[in-house]
Amino acid sequence: MNARKAKHGWLWTTVFSVISLLWVFPIVLVIVNSFKKKVYISKRPFAIPTDKMFVGWENYINGIKKTQMINAFGCSLFITVFSVAAIILFCSMTAWYITRVKSKTTTTIYYLCLFSMIVPFQMVMYTLSKIANMLHLGNPVGIIIVYLGFGAGLSVFMFTGFCKSIPLEIEEAAMIDGCNPLQTFFQVVLPIMKPTCITVTILQAMWIWNDYLLPSLVLDQKKWKTIPMAIQYLKGGYGSVDMGAMMGCLVIAIIPIIIFYIACQKYIIEGVVAGAVKG
Amino acid sequence: MNSKSMKKYGPVFLLPTMVAFTIGFIAPFLLGIYLSFCEFTTVTDAKFVGLKNYIRFWNDPSDVFVHSLWFTTLFTIVSVIVINVIGFAVALALTKKIKGTNVFRTVFFMPNLIGGLVLGYIWQLLLNGILYQFQRNLKYDEIYGFVGLLILMCWQQIGYMMIIYISGIQNIPGELIEAAKIDGASPRQILKNVTIPMVMPSITICTFLTLTNSFKLFDQNLALTDGDPSKMSEMLALNIYNTFYGRNGWEGVGQAKAVIFFIMVAAIALIQNYLTRSKEVQQ
Repeated sequence: MNARKAKHGWLWTTVFSVISLLWVFPIVLVIVNSFKKKVYISKRPFAIPTDKMFVGWENYINGIKKTQMINAFGCSLFITVFSVAAIILFCSMTAWYITRVKSKTTTTIYYLCLFSMIVPFQMVMYTLSKIANMLHLGNPVGIIIVYLGFGAGLSVFMFTGFCKSIPLEIEEAAMIDGCNPLQTFFQVVLPIMKPTCITVTILQAMWIWNDYLLPSLVLDQKKWKTIPMAIQYLKGGYGSVDMGAMMGCLVIAIIPIIIFYIACQKYIIEGVVAGAVKG
Repeated sequence: MNSKSMKKYGPVFLLPTMVAFTIGFIAPFLLGIYLSFCEFTTVTDAKFVGLKNYIRFWNDPSDVFVHSLWFTTLFTIVSVIVINVIGFAVALALTKKIKGTNVFRTVFFMPNLIGGLVLGYIWQLLLNGILYQFQRNLKYDEIYGFVGLLILMCWQQIGYMMIIYISGIQNIPGELIEAAKIDGASPRQILKNVTIPMVMPSITICTFLTLTNSFKLFDQNLALTDGDPSKMSEMLALNIYNTFYGRNGWEGVGQAKAVIFFIMVAAIALIQNYLTRSKEVQQ
């Protein structure tokens, strides 16, 4: 019985190992091709780049030059970090307030947030880009307000769900000790909400880092590009796409995500599960 | 709680989010509804035209909205079934005691973190490389785009759904399965009568996520095929985008399509929500 079970397990492990290799193959393929001369990429994508085809870092240098990838990287990082920070701070405040103070206004806010979660971006994309343009939000600082606004629905909803489970006594004790609501929130409530903060951070960071459509419509493309915009920029215009530069840029876009994923894998997977179950 | 002092602090807690929410959602939404009844090229020259925008594109030969609608619907149905069946099967296998489970989980989940646009270009390279051997490419026929998008979405979403199913399966109390075994249930019966009913909440979540992700697909579509050949692989979201930005004077029509799109997405969400509720009552 035991022997049979072990044999079975060994078989499954082999099957899944093969599938895992196939699973990472597309990424490996892009990395391999990023060292290949561009004329060979579309014709012989599966060949290993040997002496004639090998170009070293040329594709990377080319890609970085063409798309200003370094700037795009900084821009993406700036927008993601500060948008997520703003979302965490302001949405948790709003969520706590609307769970503790029941009035017509707070109930309306809650239902508006719920409602905004089912509205697809296409519904507001044109008008949003016009309004952002009118208010001069087409820069990396302004777009943070747009992200806070469009990301508020889900975040407020998730924070509200958690706030309902915080016992009132803790907050009342803090208030009796003389804390005003702001002090109570920052010294007592926010530390308790840490797990939800992590979940919201992961969900929003994944969305904002990878988002293409919103920044491409809101940002002033001549001055600022995020990483997805830089990649799409390579394709824009007429004529053939520089496949070499494209491969280089794709690798530059993928590697940080994979490193980040391997470093905080546990939090990411837990956060995604928690986010899905609540949302 | 002394609600008076809380009320005094209301603006501090609510204003920042609400100002941004108004700019980022409420105002664009309301303006969007209004503009769907207008003809305009910039927002300031909007002229009320009634339902014209909602009628104009259905019979326009150069507009593929109806085709996009069918393409998207078919794609959504197929991808929801394929992704969930495979995701669930993989989750079942990986919750058994096999060596290396954690590594497999990590690997399968990874594509989900990569953005849609990057995914699209990765698969364009791979699929065009394969099709090149047969003197074809992704833009040869819409069926290639359809299958290509399907493979791409499977690669991206299976790991995600698998993770949710795994957490659902692990939440089933062990005694329940033990009891079924003692009662002489076969593995198939256990799966059908214990496992699946117990992970029903996960199934609902995953169906909902795949449903909306597939229906609203944009980045992947833009990167992989960009609607080629001649807009035949254009899905709804891309069709709306191209109506806004690719066709002069049709901005109002784009907005009308967006409203229709919104109503469809909302209907899917509400129906799904209703079905969940009715399932939960049964349990």
